[in-house]
Amino acid sequence: MLRRTFLLATAAVVGLASAAMAQNGPVKVGFIYVGPKNDGGWSQHHHEAAMEMADYYGDKVELIEQESVPEGADAERVLTQMALSGANIIFTTSFGYMDPTINVAKKFPKVKFEHATGYKTAENVGVYSARFYEGRAVQGYLAGKMTKTNKVGYIASFPIPEVIRGINSSYIAAKKVNPDIQFSVIWAYTWFDPAKESDAAQALIEQGADVILQHTDSTAPQAAAQKAGNVYTFGQASDMAEFAPMPRISSIIDVWAPYYISRVGAVIDGTWVSDNTWDGIGAGMVGIGEISSAVPEDVKAEAEALKEEIATGAYHPFTGPLNKQDGSVWLAEGEIADDGTLAGMNFYVEGLTGDIPQ
Amino acid sequence: MIRLEKRPTPSQAWTWATPVLAVLLTMLAGGLMFALLGKDPVAAIKIIFYDPLFNPQFAAYSRPQLLVKAGPLILIAVGLAMGFRAGIWNIGAEGQYIMGAIFGAAVGLAMYPSDSWMIFPAMVIAGAFGGFLWAMIPAVLKVVFGTNEILVSLLLVYVAEKLMAAMALGPLRNPEGGGFPGSRNFQGYPAASNPELFPNSGMHWGVVAAIIAVIFGYILLSRHLMGYHIRLAGQSPRAARFGGVSPARLVIFCLGFGGALAGLAGIFEVTGPAGQITTSFNTGYGFTAIIVAFLGRLNPIGILLAGLLMALTYIGGELASFMLGLPSAAIQAFQGMLLFFLLGVDVLSNFRIKIGREGHA
Repeated sequence: MLRRTFLLATAAVVGLASAAMAQNGPVKVGFIYVGPKNDGGWSQHHHEAAMEMADYYGDKVELIEQESVPEGADAERVLTQMALSGANIIFTTSFGYMDPTINVAKKFPKVKFEHATGYKTAENVGVYSARFYEGRAVQGYLAGKMTKTNKVGYIASFPIPEVIRGINSSYIAAKKVNPDIQFSVIWAYTWFDPAKESDAAQALIEQGADVILQHTDSTAPQAAAQKAGNVYTFGQASDMAEFAPMPRISSIIDVWAPYYISRVGAVIDGTWVSDNTWDGIGAGMVGIGEISSAVPEDVKAEAEALKEEIATGAYHPFTGPLNKQDGSVWLAEGEIADDGTLAGMNFYVEGLTGDIPQ
Repeated sequence: MIRLEKRPTPSQAWTWATPVLAVLLTMLAGGLMFALLGKDPVAAIKIIFYDPLFNPQFAAYSRPQLLVKAGPLILIAVGLAMGFRAGIWNIGAEGQYIMGAIFGAAVGLAMYPSDSWMIFPAMVIAGAFGGFLWAMIPAVLKVVFGTNEILVSLLLVYVAEKLMAAMALGPLRNPEGGGFPGSRNFQGYPAASNPELFPNSGMHWGVVAAIIAVIFGYILLSRHLMGYHIRLAGQSPRAARFGGVSPARLVIFCLGFGGALAGLAGIFEVTGPAGQITTSFNTGYGFTAIIVAFLGRLNPIGILLAGLLMALTYIGGELASFMLGLPSAAIQAFQGMLLFFLLGVDVLSNFRIKIGREGHA
């Protein structure tokens, strides 16, 4: 009995607090980041997009941010405190915030939540992610064309579907234009660690790779490539234009601001509903950085044509015939991979060597 | 001229006054840092120390959260304090914490989806054992080969982290997790889960264990022969050896006890607030507990208070961070100042400040 009244009282306080805040004044928008706001990669991009959104709306929006929030119990606490402070919508910008976001969303039905790169939704939880694999296909094409040793090094972060998808997508595109291509993958088990990324890049270069793709966010591989000389790299998360035209010959850029502007706008108008967004080059969520002058004109033109075809939907990077690594048939001639398979991708396509760590 | 004069025995009064003084100095220096960052220092200090406890908007939620955050810190710090008192430096509690979580979680996951009541107790025992085992590596190496336990225990943290990542991606990965790393979430497996004992109280078995550890640690140190040996070995190793204290036994006991408690903290955390083994499960409790142990004067009761204070700086720090836009590094620096000032003013309990000329004999 006592316990129940206590609960009810707490719920009432919580409800009052969020209701009172939502009515007047600016919309309070919360962001939590897994890394520091100036990590030069993933978190910084979300932060900059949040700032862009806040600038766009001016005093209609109040932005609150929390950086370096560990995934798990700490995230749940930070989210709860943000909701208690009167946030109307909270963006949780890392995969590991998935369960905490769902848990807290249950307790605050009036607060909207947007979780990046996850797959669990609720009435007040939407998810969003970008089809980075589309950009990977363009990189794979360039890698296949530019390599002289036919060896491409790939610095992977964690063996999760997102990263495996990127490896497959770039390999398929590279193999198309260069049947002799070989990929060697190093698993760095980090999203951002200049020292580890530098070691990985050097190891790949010593093994003869002259193109390096990375799914990690620092510019350490670019620095290693610059030192080695004739090695091409691609910017990741940010343009990394300071390393253009060599060794950085293009890049994949995370473009979150338009999405943040549209979702916060929906909260301001009162039209927000839970969604499941997975946008690519076409919608502008995945940006392809300028292909530098180190790339021959005809190759550049073809890469841009490929990018256009992907953007318009004329071409899908996962189009059959494609086999899995073990030789079994995955996609028949002309068949296109469905989003469900892509979202949970845990296998290599045929031709890739090595195993995905289990 | 200011001189320091060694006290014949450490001052009782200063021993208890220095932590308070250290907190006040931290507020001053921290406030200055916040001011230099362009934030209102008074507001920041108020948000850190007052709001989580008394602000009606947050307190109902934040107060129980203090227990959630302080529980593992206290549990680990009590274990560490035993060793530190005897001059045995276990710096690797973070690794023992991870191993406790892995051992315990593995037992629970192996039993999935059985709902026997024995699962959770078995997991707790396995967790304590995991931490104990990991601490036995530096202990045995020290006893047999005379290696340095500081180095061995610290480096084993990184080994444990790698092992944890391998577990989250391999044997313990959730088979229904869609290929993502991480184990099943224990919150969805009642027989193996460690939820709040009363809703909204923050109390879970880990907090209960921390309180028991404080009482047990206090009795051990003040009433038990082992506690006497620990204190003797710390104050005067030679006298301890003459007095029949076996250094080897002491090393095994202190590291083993600390490891087991850290392992317990790990299993209670993974089954409770954290919920699952992931590649980033550990968030530094094992290292922060070292600060807590010293802040609490290596005394179990003091550690209880120090753990709560540390938890307050975490939770208040988060509030200050998003409400005032303080960088999280500033909060970490603030917590670091606490240890710095504590060690700095510690000199007062062992030395007397003399003002005036030094007399010539």
